[in-house]
Amino acid sequence: MTLYVYSLLSILGINIMLATSLNLISGFCGQFSLGHGAFYGAGAYAAALCAVAGYPVPVALLVGALVGGALGFIVGFASVRLREDFLVVTTIGVSFLFVGFVRKQKWLGAEMGISKIPASGLGPEGNALMILLFAAATIALCLYLNRSWLGFAFRAVGDDEQAARTIAIPVSTYKLLAFTIGTAIAGLAGGLYTYFTQFIVPDSFTFILSVTLMAMVVIGGLGSTWGVVIAAIILTLLPEAFRFINDYRLLIYGGVLMLVMRFAPGGLAGIATSLTRRLRKA
Amino acid sequence: MYYVDLLLNGLIFGSMYALMAIGLTLVYGLLRILHISHAAVYALGAFITVIVANATGSIALGMLVAVVVSAIFGMGVYRVLYQPMLRYPPYVAMIASIGLLIFMEDAFRIIFGEQGLTFTRNPYPTQIHDLFGVTINTVQIAMIVLSTICLVALALFTTRTRMGIAWRATVSNPTIATSFGVDAIKVRYLNFMIGSALAALAGGLIALLNNFVEPTMGFVVSYKALAIIVLGGLGSMRGTLIAALALGLVESFGTIWVGSYLDRDALAFLFLIIVLMVRPQGLTGAHA
Repeated sequence: MTLYVYSLLSILGINIMLATSLNLISGFCGQFSLGHGAFYGAGAYAAALCAVAGYPVPVALLVGALVGGALGFIVGFASVRLREDFLVVTTIGVSFLFVGFVRKQKWLGAEMGISKIPASGLGPEGNALMILLFAAATIALCLYLNRSWLGFAFRAVGDDEQAARTIAIPVSTYKLLAFTIGTAIAGLAGGLYTYFTQFIVPDSFTFILSVTLMAMVVIGGLGSTWGVVIAAIILTLLPEAFRFINDYRLLIYGGVLMLVMRFAPGGLAGIATSLTRRLRKA
Repeated sequence: MYYVDLLLNGLIFGSMYALMAIGLTLVYGLLRILHISHAAVYALGAFITVIVANATGSIALGMLVAVVVSAIFGMGVYRVLYQPMLRYPPYVAMIASIGLLIFMEDAFRIIFGEQGLTFTRNPYPTQIHDLFGVTINTVQIAMIVLSTICLVALALFTTRTRMGIAWRATVSNPTIATSFGVDAIKVRYLNFMIGSALAALAGGLIALLNNFVEPTMGFVVSYKALAIIVLGGLGSMRGTLIAALALGLVESFGTIWVGSYLDRDALAFLFLIIVLMVRPQGLTGAHA
């Protein structure tokens, strides 16, 4: 039972890191990415290769973050060149391309993935603690960014690119920066995942995962760190709390996404804002 | 002859992609929405074709019912889902559309089972013909003939009829079209009706060819269709057609040449990314 709790906490931490880092790219900076799972996967594979080669845990995690961020930097160039709708489709492409590529690579274990990854040596409790600490650090970073000049610039780019350009914000640089930071965090989360499961397969990083992460961001409310954290917690725990939901998980995800967009496009954060506004008026 | 076979195969797949992607292009051109759940319409068409064909024994009737029901369903999606979202930024409708696709796919899985359905009687994919040394089966011939008829009819409709001209006018400038007395709302319904009907037809034909439908059949195709409309320069019908055929050919030849490094589905996106890196406006697209 306790082992189950530790593994649940680990998954929760990883999902929070992924969702908040995607929120950094899509919520703060307005660049819709449906390929976040690919950067996560790239980080996981990079860390796994390092771990198998015998490098210590911090090195493997760092390499995971670097590889995720480097890939994000490259894809970020697409966001500089392409219109918004083109970018969405391109990131979907990245997600399919990643899985399609990994599946065919013998040195990455092809369909079978990489198994027998050495343990981090921290035990399940230590692992869960490490993941939660990183998740807390990610939340703190997002909250800090939101208040900083950088966060302001991101939001300016997200709200209106032309306007941001007129007040001399280097739009391309900030887009690239948002992509790189966000995907590096995803890569780091991938490294943590590698040590958590000690066994990775290409199917863990498919497009459905990317959509699930986008669901967390959108249901939480684009740009709201706390909203996204709460949505990540709910969407991670709900299928665990109600086992029968697991069979209908995608049905419910899809339905909730539709309903939220239809009736509350601002997500949880939007609902909270309008509630407080109404309370203040009353 | 081997290369001619590949060429033909590529064009056949390309024509199916075109039927799929035209609907997406139409919706994007008119409403600036990435209508991702178009793939669910395609799967719906395929399922209805199989179910009706198995119940009545007539595949033609199955396709007809599929096309009609899917066209109505497409209009319903616009009415219920997209219309109230038009006042929000475009990502709202896009995310909702992804939600609908995932929802419907899972619904298909729950209703029809993970294994999907097959035709009880479908002799056509195994009827092999020899056309000037090229082997081709009956379904493939039907694909070429039907997609050509549909696309020519669509071209005639949009250039020769009042309704079609009104439609194109609305796509290029809704405000001016409306001031000339075009009913923009009617045009939107027409748009979803035709696009969905074509997708259902493609779904039915693919079901016939594989003799098999499964809940997730729309999934990969939908993203390929997205890749195609982006390649075609978003919202351009001619560009979409060219991109669809080009993708069919790239996949057909690419699977032979680089198939050991990348699987077929990833190939489409590699092609997309390479093209976009060189030509950010798409293969044929003018600047937006």
